[in-house]
Parts: sequence; C-alpha cells; structure tokens
Amino acid sequence: MDLVFFLTFAFIAVACALNMALQRHPVSSALSLIGVMVSLAVLYVLLGAEFIAAAQLVVYSGAIMVLFIFVIMLLNAGAEKATKKAGLAHFLGFPLLVTLLAISSWVITNATATAKPVKFGAFTAGGPREVGWELFTRYLLPFEVTSILILIAIAGAYRLANKEME
Amino acid sequence: MDYLLVSIIKILLIAPLLLATLAYIVWVERKVIAHVQLRVGPYFVGPHGLLQPIADAIKLLSKEDFIPSGVNHFFYWAAPWLGLMFAVSGIAVIPFGPMVEILGVKTNLGLADINIGLLWILGLAGMGVYGIALAGWSSNNKYALLGAMRSSAQMISYELPMALALAAPLLMSNSLNLREVVDTQAGFVFGFIPNWNLFTGFQLIGFVVYMICAFAETNRIPFDLPEAENELVAGFHSEYSSMKFAAFFMAEYCNMIIVCSVATALFLGGWHPIVPPVVATFVPTILFAIAAGTLFFHASHPIRPTDRKSFAVFGVIFAGLAAVFLVPVVGPILNSLFWFFGKVGFLLFFFIWVRATLPRFRYDQLMKIAWLFLFPIALVNLVLTAFGVTFFSK
Repeated sequence: MDLVFFLTFAFIAVACALNMALQRHPVSSALSLIGVMVSLAVLYVLLGAEFIAAAQLVVYSGAIMVLFIFVIMLLNAGAEKATKKAGLAHFLGFPLLVTLLAISSWVITNATATAKPVKFGAFTAGGPREVGWELFTRYLLPFEVTSILILIAIAGAYRLANKEME
Repeated sequence: MDYLLVSIIKILLIAPLLLATLAYIVWVERKVIAHVQLRVGPYFVGPHGLLQPIADAIKLLSKEDFIPSGVNHFFYWAAPWLGLMFAVSGIAVIPFGPMVEILGVKTNLGLADINIGLLWILGLAGMGVYGIALAGWSSNNKYALLGAMRSSAQMISYELPMALALAAPLLMSNSLNLREVVDTQAGFVFGFIPNWNLFTGFQLIGFVVYMICAFAETNRIPFDLPEAENELVAGFHSEYSSMKFAAFFMAEYCNMIIVCSVATALFLGGWHPIVPPVVATFVPTILFAIAAGTLFFHASHPIRPTDRKSFAVFGVIFAGLAAVFLVPVVGPILNSLFWFFGKVGFLLFFFIWVRATLPRFRYDQLMKIAWLFLFPIALVNLVLTAFGVTFFSK
C-alpha cells in the first residue's frame, strides 16, 4: 500500500516538475509547481513527517504559491514567446543538462553509498511537538537568525515600497 | 481491513448527508434572510418551499453549460472543481462526536483522526484561493479578474490573524489534533460553567477575531468584495453557469460549515454540552417536544388552510425525533451529535443573520481591519494566553 502511494505521488511529482519546465504559460507552470509541492507533502506523510507535510501545504502551496499566482495575474503575464537570440543556449542546453544530471547522480550515489533504504512507518518523531522541541533547543540559533533575516527583509520591503510612494 | 471498511461506510454516510446539507443551507439562508426582511422567502415548491433545493439542483443540472469565447479551457473547467475539492476535503478531519461503539465496532464519530488536523484545515483554506483565482483569471473577463485578485489579497491577509487566533486555544490544549482539543474541554468549573476555551480559557477576544476572519475567508458579507455584485457583476464566477456555478456555490457553503466546525471544536467545546450532563441528556428531547407541541397547536388553529396538514406532518416528525433521543444505545450518540451540530448550526445562523443585516466594507477598510486591528489584537491575545498557560501550568 505504501509503495503504491509512493510510486503514484513520486510519478506525479516528477511529471509536474517536467510540466513546469515545459509549459509556456506562467500560470500553467506555477500550477505544476503546486502539484510538485502537494505530492512532496504526500511523500513526507508517507515517511512519517506529518508536521513537515502540513507546513509544506500551509507555507509553500498555501501562501507562497498564492502570492506567485497573484503577481502573475497582477502583471497579466502572457505566454512566453520563443526568440531566436538564444543561439548559444540552443546548442549548449541539452549537453549541459545531461552533464548536470550525470554529475548530480554521481554525487548522490557516492554520498549515499553507505545509507540504508528508508522503511515506511519507521520514523515516528515527525509530529509538531518533536519538531517544535528540536527547533527551540538544538536549532535555536539558526531559527532566531532566520527570523531576524525575515525581519530585515520586511523592513527592506517596507522601505522600498515607501520610497516608491514618495 | 476492518478500518478500511468502517472508513468507507463512514464516507458513504457523510458524503450524501453533506451534499444534502449544502443544498438545504441555501434554503435556510433564503428563509432566514426573507424573515429578517419581513418577506416569506421560497414558498411554492413543496410545503414552505422545502423542495426548492431539489428544484434548484434539477435546474442547475439541466441548464446549458455555457463557455464564453477566449477562456483558457483547461483552467476554466478545472477551477470550480478544484475549489470544491479543497472545500470538501476539510470535512475529513472535523470531529463530530466522541468514540462510540456501534454493533460491536468501536469508531470515532468523524472521518480521519490525524495529529495535524488543524494544520490540514489551514492548508486547505490557503489552497482554496486557487479555485477562485484561476476562475477569475481563466474567464477572460476583467470583472472576474478583479474579483479573483481581491479574493486572493483578502484571503492572504486574513489567514494571518486567523491562524494567530487559532493558536491561542491550541496552547491550552497542547495538541493540534482537533479530537484531543475537544477532549480537553470536557467537564464543568464550579459545576455549571462549561470548561470551554471560550469561557474558562478567556478566549473571547480570540473567538471574536477568529469569527471576523472566518467571514473574510469564506467571502461572506460584510467581506464579500470578491463578488460585490454592484461593482463586479458577480466577481470571479461571472462567466460560470450550470453545474460549474453550483460547484462554487457548494464550495462557499462547505467552507462556511468548516469554519463554523473549527470554531465549535476549538472555542465552544465540540460535542460537550453547555449544561451539566444530568440535564443535557434531556435537552434535545425537551426542545423537539416543544417544537412538536407548537406545531400541533398551530395545526389545530391554522392561519392558512394548508397549515392544518403540513404543520401536523412536521409535528409528528419532531415528536418522533424527540422520542429517538430517549432510545438507550442510539440516544447518547445522537445527543453528542445534537450538541455539535447545534453549535455549528447556531454559528451558521449567525453568518446568515449578519448577511441579512450588514452592508459591505470598502476595500481599504477591509485591509485596514486585517492589518491594523485584527493582527495586533490576535498577537497580544496569543502572548497573554502563552503567559497565562505558563503561569497556571506550574
């Protein structure tokens, strides 16, 4: 049962990711990205990381992608048009892609040579309580640094928007 | 396998009931608004217009599915069903009642019992924007697009104070599982004040903030700017007809049921009664008996000639309901369901009441309320609750 779900949603995730790159229209691409995120959330649930799955749904597909769609709609962005200027990319694109895939698969196989395969249902410490405990004890410094970073970003955005108005 | 079978049975029970409720809430809404405005509302299809939802369903099913020119076909088709899917999925984690034993099978009254129940609902609420945004964008209509943009901006803004308001009762129950949250609110303080988060948790501010945000999240009056009919025709669903329009309609009412259920579970003690259990067992029976008695009285003194028959029939139905609550095994199960749906029904009535009473906000007012009023208040409420919880738990 777990394997069936895993294969289904892994396939959907990969298919949506490919679709995102292949689609011409920004809204179609954004929606495919949402498909990727939702299927990743399902994979997290399968692995026992409930809270991460919920955060994925709430933060990525619920908040960030809504903003993406909002901005695309606000700018009224149309479908991409192919220009003939990118001659270099036309010839180099495919070989570079193959190289990238080869290098990344080589790195991944090397890094995980000694790793054991994951068993579904083996990991149970993925609830909100455990994640919260880890965040506020072991990872307190990164957590606080991130929040300060976000605060700086908000202040910067406020300054930029204010400047525009003046 | 047993779990799968029980789940399928529960789904087969809840899904048709939910669809019927969605259809009949429209009838209730039309009736209540009509009576608030001193009209009678739907009256001709069936007794007191009771068959009106069925007539509406047949009309919507058999209506021509008109597709305007210049739409993006795939998204135009997908948007209403996407919206309805996100809305209906939320029902899965709502706890309707306690653990019960029916024919030897122990099961929860409710579909899924997951540890991230509330986050699931918040996630779906966030994703619910897509149905509206895509509908407005793919319709190729400037009014629809404006409605969709208003809706996405509004829902992003109001999600923040809503989540903050919901976090305060969660601090008290120390869990994200809606069933556990309800369980911590059982019992009474001093024997008569129900131990709900609203009363003994001092969450009145949180509750009010949550309810205001709930109105905005479901695009209801006074926050229905996305479909403001005097500015935007019908907003994001201007170009929709037939079943696609009905899907938007059902999604809106389903979202209403979900936000009211969440309020009930988090603030109003879920299925726990408002009066001590000694009295609570008989409250439904007494209420239904009073209703039956009133109906019988009016049937014997009819103002309109048809009332002699219709009121008598409803009187018999209500008397039967009053009797069912006294049956040994079924009674207690129905009793907890009665309290849960009673509270949800009251909140739904409140939604309709507000719709019949209040005008719509201006757009700048809408944003100001969210960011300058609700957000700080919810934040202060959360901080105070956190202090209270640390102080009293020691």
